Amino acid sequence: MRVALFVTCLVDLMRPSVGFAALRLLEAAGCEVVVPDAQTCCGQPAFNSGERRAAVALAKKTIAEFEGFDHVVAPSGSCADQIRSAYPGLFADEPDWRRRAEALAARTWELTQFLADVLKVDAVPGDFAGSVTYHDSCSGLRSLGIKAQPRRLLGTLPGLTLKEMPEAEACCGFGGTFAVKFGDISAAIAEKKCINAQAAQADAVVGGDLGCLMNIEGKLRRMGDETTRVLHVAEVLAGTNGKLD
Amino acid sequence: MRSQAMFFQRRAGEALADARLRRNLDGLRDKFVGMRARAVANYEKDFEELRDAGAAIRDRVLKDLDVWLELFEEKATARGATVLWARDGREICGHVVAIARRHGVKKVAKSKSMLSEEAQLNVALAAAGIEPVETDLGEYILQISGNEPPSHILAPAAHKNLDEVADLFADKHGKPRKTEIPALTREAREVLREHFLTAGMGISGGNFLIAETGSVALVTNEGNGRMVTTLPKVHVVVTGIEKIVPTLEDFATLMRLLPRSATGQDISNYVSVCTGTRGADDADGPEHTYFVLVDNGRAGLVGSEFQEMLRCIRCGACMNHCPVYQTVGGHAYGWVYPGPMGSVLTSLYTGIENALDLPHAATLCNQCGVVCPVRIPLAELQRKLREKQSERGLRPWPERAALAAWAWLAQRPALYALATKLGVRYLNRLAGGADRIRALGLAPGWTAGRDFPAPQGRTFKELYKTRQERKA
Repeated sequence: MRVALFVTCLVDLMRPSVGFAALRLLEAAGCEVVVPDAQTCCGQPAFNSGERRAAVALAKKTIAEFEGFDHVVAPSGSCADQIRSAYPGLFADEPDWRRRAEALAARTWELTQFLADVLKVDAVPGDFAGSVTYHDSCSGLRSLGIKAQPRRLLGTLPGLTLKEMPEAEACCGFGGTFAVKFGDISAAIAEKKCINAQAAQADAVVGGDLGCLMNIEGKLRRMGDETTRVLHVAEVLAGTNGKLD
Repeated sequence: MRSQAMFFQRRAGEALADARLRRNLDGLRDKFVGMRARAVANYEKDFEELRDAGAAIRDRVLKDLDVWLELFEEKATARGATVLWARDGREICGHVVAIARRHGVKKVAKSKSMLSEEAQLNVALAAAGIEPVETDLGEYILQISGNEPPSHILAPAAHKNLDEVADLFADKHGKPRKTEIPALTREAREVLREHFLTAGMGISGGNFLIAETGSVALVTNEGNGRMVTTLPKVHVVVTGIEKIVPTLEDFATLMRLLPRSATGQDISNYVSVCTGTRGADDADGPEHTYFVLVDNGRAGLVGSEFQEMLRCIRCGACMNHCPVYQTVGGHAYGWVYPGPMGSVLTSLYTGIENALDLPHAATLCNQCGVVCPVRIPLAELQRKLREKQSERGLRPWPERAALAAWAWLAQRPALYALATKLGVRYLNRLAGGADRIRALGLAPGWTAGRDFPAPQGRTFKELYKTRQERKA
């Protein structure tokens, strides 16, 4: 099975360890993984900012690069959802592109969704001793229905205890450019999320989207919390636990 | 009401700095969110199917809105009511003042009508020498508090707590200060009862208009709606043309959705269906009934890409569940309707160019869309409004330039790889060896309230290339 890894622009820039963790997980599950080297961004920042033309251009670029694979996997519910839910709607007037967008959408997955639902993985290479609390990111949860998958996979790690936080499904306040445009509101929402995460008294906050995780980590540190770790679910499942291996 | 939506940033900032407001909002959120969740969980059938049915009823109406309105007019007229049409706020005020004058009315008792807020009806009535008295407890509190605007469509005074209301009542009623809610409501009831008995005219909104019977349905918890529609000789209904539903059966379906979504009740304390004028055998009811059916921007949405917004049944669930509303409250939004539905309606009814911040003041988390009883895709509509702003060149140029530059780069992989490589090094220099950046010049909005985690050092692409070369 040939699987293309869509690294996502944020992981490429900020936290490559998430990309390598995803790579390791997919390979451990027996996939032949390809990382198309011209990939950049799915175009969601343009799409959500109302810049439709730029969103269409980046969608076409992404479709052309990724349509030749059996599956496309991204370590992000938000980016996977952009391809799955938004791409087809961008081509109302271009039937050929629409067909290609729909075909790609049907084969694109968020990482834990792919591992749990498509590959039905029941063992992962991870090694984590301690407790984690899981933050459900909005697009993954509400658009892709990702809720049980990361928990099921985390549950396969013997040393890991999952402690649910209050309001795990509440938005962390990131919202892409919202976090910069309305920084004060965004930070106030993040504070609530952090207080809830701390209430779980876990060693680490874990989630599936780097944007949310950077928001939560940034707020925890500003609140003076130097001990709660913030990790991407891929890093925990792959056993790299935040380090570049 | 004159929109202040262009001052969202400033007003939101003021709200964030108001500790008491933040506490009141937290309490409101816990109450509304918890009550809805329990009501939905206890619903004996599938609530998701009910939402489908609700959306289908609303869509059926909107498809042939003119036909249903004509039927309503025919049926309502046959029962002795007068149906009037208003294009905008000014025409609403014109009709209502003319009706009051025709019947020699000096005082009007009002139950809650958000449309009268759109039209600033109280101002027009007062200018015509007619005293308007708000009888919804929340609206009454705001009226005696210097005509404050509502901050929530169901609980207009939701931004105030018990202490603030106790102070206000003691001040305005000139009676000893009460601290218990039952004592305060009793005091309000005593004051309002006098108004109900002396008002020459009652004005209500309308939760639904029922086409097959020509009736208006009112959904309330305080009973004031019933007083306003039965005691005065004249009853005027001011409501939007989109509030129509074809049949009583459809109304019943929507009533399974509305109270559960709004307040978590299986049914509200009062549900009134008022039809026509007082008949010979009726014990009570108005001698004259008027419907002022209002466009004020609604008709323009029919057949547009924003038509789904007209499904709205004004339950307030979207704002109750919105992380932004929960944080800044309703006044920041600047017009009649706050929260996600308010961001969309304010943009569409007062002009996209007059509410530039509102569609952007959302994380697009879509919790609103998930709880909406009639499945309005509120996050998607907000995103579409962002597109409209962009198409019309209404966004600030630095934002457009930054997005354009980034999108241009993202289409050129080699240049993009170089730019990100340099970008990562720049960010690392800012971090100065630490694991975080405390002040980011490019995005001060981020670092004012939180740190920015430093990047790991190299881009994935750089590292992956090295790794592949090592393998080979």
